[in-house]
Amino acid sequence: MASQILGTEMKLKTGLAEMLKGGVIMDVVNREQAIIAEKAGAVAVMALERVPSDIRKEGGVARMSPPEMVEEIMNSVSIPVMAKCRIGHFAEAMVLESLGVDYIDESEVLTPADEQFHIDKMDFKTPFVCGAKNLGEALRRIGEGAALIRTKGEAGSGNIVEAVRHLRTLRSQIRRLTTLGSEELMTEAKELGAPFALVQWVAREGKLPVPNFAAGGIATPADAVLAMYLGAETVFVGSGIFKSSNPEKLAHAIVQATTNYQNPKIVAECSKGLGSPMRGLDVNLLKAEERLSERGW
Amino acid sequence: MKVGILALQGAVQPHEEKIKRLGVTPVRVLYPQQLEEIGGIILPGGESTTMIHLLKLNQLWSPLKHFVKIRPTWGICAGAILLANHVSRPSQESLEALQMTVERNAYGRQNESFVDSLVPTEIWKRFDKTSENIEGVFIRAPKIRDLGTGVDILFTHQNDSVMVQKDKCLASTFHPELTDSTRIHEYFLSLCQK
Repeated sequence: MASQILGTEMKLKTGLAEMLKGGVIMDVVNREQAIIAEKAGAVAVMALERVPSDIRKEGGVARMSPPEMVEEIMNSVSIPVMAKCRIGHFAEAMVLESLGVDYIDESEVLTPADEQFHIDKMDFKTPFVCGAKNLGEALRRIGEGAALIRTKGEAGSGNIVEAVRHLRTLRSQIRRLTTLGSEELMTEAKELGAPFALVQWVAREGKLPVPNFAAGGIATPADAVLAMYLGAETVFVGSGIFKSSNPEKLAHAIVQATTNYQNPKIVAECSKGLGSPMRGLDVNLLKAEERLSERGW
Repeated sequence: MKVGILALQGAVQPHEEKIKRLGVTPVRVLYPQQLEEIGGIILPGGESTTMIHLLKLNQLWSPLKHFVKIRPTWGICAGAILLANHVSRPSQESLEALQMTVERNAYGRQNESFVDSLVPTEIWKRFDKTSENIEGVFIRAPKIRDLGTGVDILFTHQNDSVMVQKDKCLASTFHPELTDSTRIHEYFLSLCQK
């Protein structure tokens, strides 16, 4: 059990993530969207001020959502509510914890507050989710106390290519660890920049000690299915839903496709008549400073 | 014998691991025809609103409603909410297998989730002579209220019934699948084998 390495306090934190598995978590910016998400079968919602594609378009500093808006969403649905704080901004995280959100996302989608340090997440009762591009990054975040890892993908792009890259990287790095001899693990921990005890655990168990979800660029039911096949245990959908021409229908379809991801007939059926998905971006045309996945380390 | 785990969404894998450890084959149930090959079913923790929605989409609602009334069934957290004949905060549909009211998120939100020892009743002690301490992991847990006649209590926590049974239908508001013990899974499998 992962709690042997992470401690019993983590059992409650990763436990909630276990309950969210096999589901879809949707970004919402107001009460109306939260209700649409819950009715469509979302397992949780992420309350934020602007969806990533708008943050990208409008620029400026993206911060934690206003508390009254987070509370309005918490009061309008019965499913768990998550909210984002800036990387390293533990004061925002303290505010979100005091509001009683169910999960805090220390997110690269918002403008980082600290270019050197992430939040010490062990200090909080509220569990944290963090983004990762690879195994080293995932284990560093878990070492700091994250109870759930998601791929970073490239948020607000409507393009799944980066999430696929991150899922595949994580998977192949985990597989590689399981083939190493015990004497090779310390050097590997040094190369990965990851805590040794966690590297040993992953080498033995062949998986992360916390759940692993996908996020960043998921825009269609088939995108969600691809992520599930590549090892994601749940998908976050950000701008994809409420930037499409028919959010209710698309939300519904992504939920149905995620549950039935091994059944292409159902995926085909629920992919019909969805109107136009969000337009999307070619991430290769983004300049380095425009890539949100490069934030954090 | 095979035991089903409703696999529309939620904590399926931890149950799968426990069932396998006890030498029984688990089946992930997503479609109605799978109910025919299993000797009992676990309705795992997750989000009850999501499960209700997906039960209907996958045409499982009516067949499962019938199944849980006649075959061994164990609902955990969201699963217990599905089994209650009445749900509050907010009120919602259910499979109506157990006479009880279940109040959703009755302890509060995630910050109020907790782990604590449970108090077994005589009924549990008759099954489990090891007197192993049973730990209750409560995550955004519901509370069982207004228990109907003939529904037995197996565990309590403070003044609340946290695991109950009527015939071969079990409901718990805590998560035995997230602890190292397999005692409660053994108990459920014993109901399936009767």
